[in-house]
Amino acid sequence: MRAAAHALRHELIGLAGVVERNVYLTRRYIWWDAAWFIWTVANTLTITFIAKGIEASGGIIDVNRATTSLLVGAVIWAYLGVVFEFLTETVAWERWEGTIEYTFMAPLSRAMHLGGSGVFAVLYGLIRAILLFFVVAAFFDLSMPSADFFAALVVLIVASISFFGIGMRMAVLPLISPEKGAQLGYVAQGIMLVCSGVYYPVDVLPGWMQAIATISPATYALDGIRGAILDGEGLGTVWPDVWPLLIIGAICIPLGLWVFHRGEQYAKRHGKLKRSG
Amino acid sequence: MTPDVSSSIGGEVEAVPAVEVSELRKDFWRRNKDRNRLGRRGRRRVAAIRGVSFSMARGETIAILGQNGSGKSTLVRLLSTLLLHDGGEARIFGHDVFGQPRPVRRMVNRVSVEASFFKKMSAAENLAYAARFYGMTPGATRRAIPEILQRVGFPSERRHEAMENLSRGMQQKVALARALLTSPVLLLLDEPTTGLDPRSKLEVQEFIRDLQGSHDSTILLCTHDLAEAEALADRVGILDRGRLLALEPAEDLKRRYDAETLEQAFFAATGRAFEEEGDEEDDEREVFA
Repeated sequence: MRAAAHALRHELIGLAGVVERNVYLTRRYIWWDAAWFIWTVANTLTITFIAKGIEASGGIIDVNRATTSLLVGAVIWAYLGVVFEFLTETVAWERWEGTIEYTFMAPLSRAMHLGGSGVFAVLYGLIRAILLFFVVAAFFDLSMPSADFFAALVVLIVASISFFGIGMRMAVLPLISPEKGAQLGYVAQGIMLVCSGVYYPVDVLPGWMQAIATISPATYALDGIRGAILDGEGLGTVWPDVWPLLIIGAICIPLGLWVFHRGEQYAKRHGKLKRSG
Repeated sequence: MTPDVSSSIGGEVEAVPAVEVSELRKDFWRRNKDRNRLGRRGRRRVAAIRGVSFSMARGETIAILGQNGSGKSTLVRLLSTLLLHDGGEARIFGHDVFGQPRPVRRMVNRVSVEASFFKKMSAAENLAYAARFYGMTPGATRRAIPEILQRVGFPSERRHEAMENLSRGMQQKVALARALLTSPVLLLLDEPTTGLDPRSKLEVQEFIRDLQGSHDSTILLCTHDLAEAEALADRVGILDRGRLLALEPAEDLKRRYDAETLEQAFFAATGRAFEEEGDEEDDEREVFA
């Protein structure tokens, strides 16, 4: 029992170490991050202005509701981008700096190593997503009188468990292909969101894409968050979106760890951990 | 097959050897240069380590000499759990390196030719990051970092400077500090002085010598530097194209090959001069991990 507690303490210190390192690196690159945030705001505005554009060209539309719905989609897209980017960088950045071998030979479980990246990614992503939401909302003077932001936040946090599991599968790609692996993370992000109704209802998609939507955590995240913000749905009402997220998360985490383990074994068999390997 | 060249220090055999390597093999897959009739380039296995066997007693220092691509770094990576083997066995203090990597990782640390760090982070931040992985709390790390930096001859007041602003010699000292911070019982030094200026090189060598006297570490040193091997190691091994040809005290090695210098012994053992350019096989082997 005491040995188990000691081992757990060791693992948690390691996890905190990864979070701490990401804090250091984020501090070093904070102005680059600020510039990147401006780009994200601009990109989000190009999407959210579509609702006003439709009205201006004669379309009949509830601009406030459509803009908020688009904003939720754009914010989730940006959030997912940050989470996947940090997780993919778990390997990619360390390969670039050459520290990966020191990290991989350390006595820390891969679950805690990746968990540290995941915890930081979710915390950083949440701060950025909240900031993005309110900065862009300010451009439109959006009215959200019944919004339940707490319920929306809970849905996003629960969805993050699944995003983390999928991100772990993305993180393994730079191990397999040092040059191009990291870029494939964007492919996964794009496919997942296009099938999950990021800017439109899932019903408009072809049948096969709707089938993918049913197993995509982003579908339930978008649905639950839109319900909470647009219709004021509380935690009890968004439960139909939360329980699938919990189930998908329970599958995604062990699956992500397994995929990463397989990738790590492949890299160790073929000498791919080395930077120039 | 290479004969087992293990021996013990002064005839005293430890109950559990620090390192026990038996018939260790590692192959890599390489693409053929020529294309087949379908225009595709096939792949073939190339042996990086071929049936290497040796053992090390606790507290012993051995140096492995070899040209680029001889398999020195592959051997270090295998013992560091960074590569999976293709045959044979390796044990560190009785733990199977490939079957029980966790306890092995607690005991081993490494310094390689490249002092790899997060360049924007300071020496202290890099050391703290490495220490967390070994379960060191922030409080313990804060106390240990200035002490360990002082020990390796790094000016402690510069510990908050970004790594990118430090010279190569200074970075290598931080790399030594990183390895020692976790109190490893087996230290793997993979060309730790390659590329350093003469003064930094001497300082690092002096530090390794101090370490041998004061720290309960077993040291495996892979090097290009014949004088370094002779000065620092209890035994010197010759690794050539993945084969360990000999592992003996430097004087015995010279006697065995009827040589006056280690360089001559190397030539006699391998049939090639130490600094000689390799042939096509050697060129290919240089890319091995």
